[in-house]
Amino acid sequence: MAHTEQAQHQGGGMKNPVVKRLITVTIYLSLLTALEFVIAFLQPPGLLKNLEFGILTIFKAFYIVGEFMHLKHEVKSLIWSIMIPMAFIVWFIVALLAEGGSH
Amino acid sequence: MATITVNKDSVWNGGQEPMKASYGKLMMWFFLLSDAFTFSALLITYGTIRFMNPAYTGPREEFTFSPNYWPIPEKVYEAIPFFHGVSAPLVFVGIMTFILILSSVTMVLAVEAGHRMSQKEVEKWMLWTIVGGFAFLACQAWEWSHFIHGTDEGTVMNDGTVFHGANLIKNQYGPPPFANLFFFITGFHGTHVFSGVILNIIIFYNVVMGVYERRGHYEMVEKVGLYWHFVDLVWVFVFTCFYLL
Repeated sequence: MAHTEQAQHQGGGMKNPVVKRLITVTIYLSLLTALEFVIAFLQPPGLLKNLEFGILTIFKAFYIVGEFMHLKHEVKSLIWSIMIPMAFIVWFIVALLAEGGSH
Repeated sequence: MATITVNKDSVWNGGQEPMKASYGKLMMWFFLLSDAFTFSALLITYGTIRFMNPAYTGPREEFTFSPNYWPIPEKVYEAIPFFHGVSAPLVFVGIMTFILILSSVTMVLAVEAGHRMSQKEVEKWMLWTIVGGFAFLACQAWEWSHFIHGTDEGTVMNDGTVFHGANLIKNQYGPPPFANLFFFITGFHGTHVFSGVILNIIIFYNVVMGVYERRGHYEMVEKVGLYWHFVDLVWVFVFTCFYLL
């Protein structure tokens, strides 16, 4: 991994590009969570509100899996091996919600 | 001695890592994928059971607990330790979320220090991750305890008696499945956090003993790191489903 060797010569402090990136991601995650709180208290309940929570959660998941778990920087075949089976979860949600809504 | 010649031209002849990740790391990824299915099933169950039950329709200010409709989450989770009777909706779970995100950050810093073969820094960040894990578990223990014991007022149940707190048969907050799902899903996640802390402690011990220094790489830290981030990831979804929706 190129950036690992690059980081080898630097310390663990703020000058290290990897650490810098991680701090940026942490700030993003905190801001997204804060935004969720604002929405929770200010917006009246409804489909739109739930949709916003859903989107914000997906964004948080993207940062955690992509940056913290490093998946974004893995080879393509590994990324797809993990992401394609996720389609089953989407199918699962659609199937059960459709089933639940028919009563 | 016979020499085995491996044809390095083809990825199908073995001895290579086509995904540029070791066997152990790949297996951790696929285990986490299967665990993601388990948690999805649980959260989808929560969603369907929740929308099968009637929702509260009146104005938010006049909300009271009743076994007849699903409660508004911020009315259930509004207590904080040391401030008895003070209404602070979602503040405590917000703190828990922040603790888990921060412990994920310290974990990723441990992995980064491992890439630089800096034993002392890996030790430091692993220790902070373990502290974060215990802090989260302590918060969850308090949260559960409060949930089980309930509020001072309790709720008048359909049979006319006043009930405080929650168990698996009835609870003061809403229909019985509300408490059951809370116990099962946050409990299952808490068990994951607990096993994550145990794994972190084992790896921390190995780091301190210099096992990975002798081995020449800190990949084991990366593997438990993946598990630890996954626990954080699940919490993000549990948080949305239980406390926001």
